[in-house]
Amino acid sequence: MELDPVLLARIQFAFTISFHIIFPAFTIGLSAFIAVLMLLWRWSGQEKFRTLARFWTKIFAVSFAMGVVSGIVLSYQFGTNWSRFSEFSGNVIGPLIGYEVLTAFYLEATFLGIMLFGWNRFPAWLVTLSTVLVAIGTAISAFWILSANSWMQTPAGYEIKDGVAHPLDWMAIVFNPSFPYRFAHMVNAAYLTTAVVVLAVGARYLLASRHVEESRTMLRMAVGMIAISAIAQLFIGDAHGLNTLEHQPAKVAAMEGHWDSDEPGALVLFGIPDEASRSNRLELAVPNLGGLILTHEWGGKYPGLDTVPDDELPPVANVFFAFRIMVGIGLALIAVGLAGLLLWWRGKLFEARWFLLPASWAWPLGFVAIIAGWFVTEQGRQPWLVYGLLKTMDGISPVPGASVAGTLALFVFVYGIVFAMGIYYINRLINAGPKGEAAAAPAGVPSRPLSAAEEAAREATGRPRGEGPGPSFGKPEG
Amino acid sequence: MEWYLPVIWAGLIGTAVAMYVILDGFDLGIGILFPFTRKEAERDTMMNSVAPFWDGNETWLVLGGGGLWVAFPTAYAVIMPAFYLPVIGMLLGLVLRGVSFEFRWVAKPGHRLWDVAFAGGSIVAAFLQGTILGGLLQGVAVENRQYAGGPLDWLTPFSLFVGLAVVAGYALLGATWLVMRTSGPTADFARRAASPLLVAVLAAMAVVSLWTPVAVERIAERWFGTPNIYFLWPVPLLAALTGFATWHWLRSGRHGLPFAGAIVLFLLGYAGLVISNVPYLVPPTLTFWDTAAAPASQVFFLVGTVFLLPLVLGYTAFVYWVFRGKMAEGEGYH
Repeated sequence: MELDPVLLARIQFAFTISFHIIFPAFTIGLSAFIAVLMLLWRWSGQEKFRTLARFWTKIFAVSFAMGVVSGIVLSYQFGTNWSRFSEFSGNVIGPLIGYEVLTAFYLEATFLGIMLFGWNRFPAWLVTLSTVLVAIGTAISAFWILSANSWMQTPAGYEIKDGVAHPLDWMAIVFNPSFPYRFAHMVNAAYLTTAVVVLAVGARYLLASRHVEESRTMLRMAVGMIAISAIAQLFIGDAHGLNTLEHQPAKVAAMEGHWDSDEPGALVLFGIPDEASRSNRLELAVPNLGGLILTHEWGGKYPGLDTVPDDELPPVANVFFAFRIMVGIGLALIAVGLAGLLLWWRGKLFEARWFLLPASWAWPLGFVAIIAGWFVTEQGRQPWLVYGLLKTMDGISPVPGASVAGTLALFVFVYGIVFAMGIYYINRLINAGPKGEAAAAPAGVPSRPLSAAEEAAREATGRPRGEGPGPSFGKPEG
Repeated sequence: MEWYLPVIWAGLIGTAVAMYVILDGFDLGIGILFPFTRKEAERDTMMNSVAPFWDGNETWLVLGGGGLWVAFPTAYAVIMPAFYLPVIGMLLGLVLRGVSFEFRWVAKPGHRLWDVAFAGGSIVAAFLQGTILGGLLQGVAVENRQYAGGPLDWLTPFSLFVGLAVVAGYALLGATWLVMRTSGPTADFARRAASPLLVAVLAAMAVVSLWTPVAVERIAERWFGTPNIYFLWPVPLLAALTGFATWHWLRSGRHGLPFAGAIVLFLLGYAGLVISNVPYLVPPTLTFWDTAAAPASQVFFLVGTVFLLPLVLGYTAFVYWVFRGKMAEGEGYH
């Protein structure tokens, strides 16, 4: 059997990047949450914020490690699997990746060291500052990588010379037409996803009557964040969709399962898109509603898949279903946010088991929606790798299918172990809880830094808790 | 095209690679040394001594690879497919050892798996980095600015030898780092390990220095042609002197100097490789100028780099400084 290197390379990239995106999505949101907790602690002096910040920092550490290592893989995979694409687009999006490394990766990686290991050594302000810098770093990283991705969706500010893209206008390249929407959509998704995880953890503790004070704080913060960001996502997503309709109409038509340009777009609630017959089977649709959403006008028409030739048709069914999963979860999260707010207002947020029980299981929802969303935008771009300029099959490396298949198997094996164990350990950290310092550092670990000595030093110097017992930064060490 | 832009970029990427080799070299070395001590407390100390730094260290690898794509897209597009299997194997090794930094602590007391993953990942990553280097030195088949060889072209006795040499070299960096940063049994263990590693590294450097000119005409001319030989003879002499001094410092109980000696050895070896191959990025066909990105792209990234790289170096130095000094026995950051 001949192995198809294009298909294998696509599967490999889809696998490694889907695995990767889980962790940055979580750490973008979580680093911001931790930074807010630290600032609240410094500002209010309430110990529960510090406890929560320490607790989530441990979970952050495990997630961040998985994000870093799977991200390094990606920075090389452009070359190993997509060398012709790398050469075609290197002049234009190479520098965006380069700026990501210089402005974000070093910032995150360097101050992560202080954020994770500085609690018992450095003054609180330095640790707090580090958490803020790490949070900023993750957002800057999202800025550049989404700019590069958006350029592949909506290329701008370039010219083609000798078969290779050359830059003409850097502002137009960085702020290409789809970038502002994609950036807002993704960063908001990261905050929303993280808020759902925080909600689930808080709900889980409350149901077990553990860590009640901390859990109530988590629940309040999470419900507020979910209500705001889930509703905001509705508007951002709508704007992003309109932008896509303008620049990539085939993608929107696939998302909606819209085959006929002459018909006002219907909102297809269910259906099975069939590329052979160019229609939906088992369709259940609300007439005109799709057109209303996309053109903001009753009976509005927009281009259907009949405008797309067969060899430029994206995989319609995948895009169609992935879009419904994403939107379905988004709507469910709006309901969660509003229900939570209502309960909070009525003073029943911490008792309502009917709310807490499903909430405690809701943690994967945001991740599923993010991956579904990326499936929509990436598969909706097919068969193009750089939209309108370079087809996916023309972007791959001169590498035999067997090499790609073999390494794909290795990726599945290694990532499978890492992912399963990572989830298991995060779950263990959550079980140990915010006050489970001892549980999180099981007996036999000779790595607790001098806790007893610290307590003594704190008493001796009269330094307030949290100011850090270690040699104060700036003073020479004894 | 301005001829000097690619030269500046070659210098910058060369610097990033050198930073990577030294910085991640010592923390990969910690993983390579892991199997040679069975005591959990020593392994804890070893891992803790690099825990705050490894992530920043590895970022130089991203800058090296990413920078190659930015400044020399054609070289990136040739080298990555040419070394497809070792590059991906190296990345998977880095994945396993990277997550071990966190997983090993959380898994305790059931952390055996992550001891193995940390050591195995480090050894695989170091070995494959060496084979990629060896494969580059022996040359890459290029036609029409694309890789034109098979998936296993890189696999030769020479590249395997360079792989082993890099494993020994990183282990030496790791051992001398431990001599500097730790005390007690861990430091004793590291000091014992460093001497034979130093001998192995010096021998490997000698072998590579003789093997490459014998195997590659171009390299022989570079070193032994006149007038080059008049300028270049101090390089091997300096390496020998550094090796001798490092040996002495290890024996006389010095703490920081052996690590400095190991770094200088690495830089001299690196300088030797640069001398052998300049101006080729993909020996023996593609030079800096052949593979350079559009000048507008090189300039755009250079403008930012001029400001950002000193900043990066500044806070990297800051973090090394705040975590400076010997670790107390049993001290950790977790």
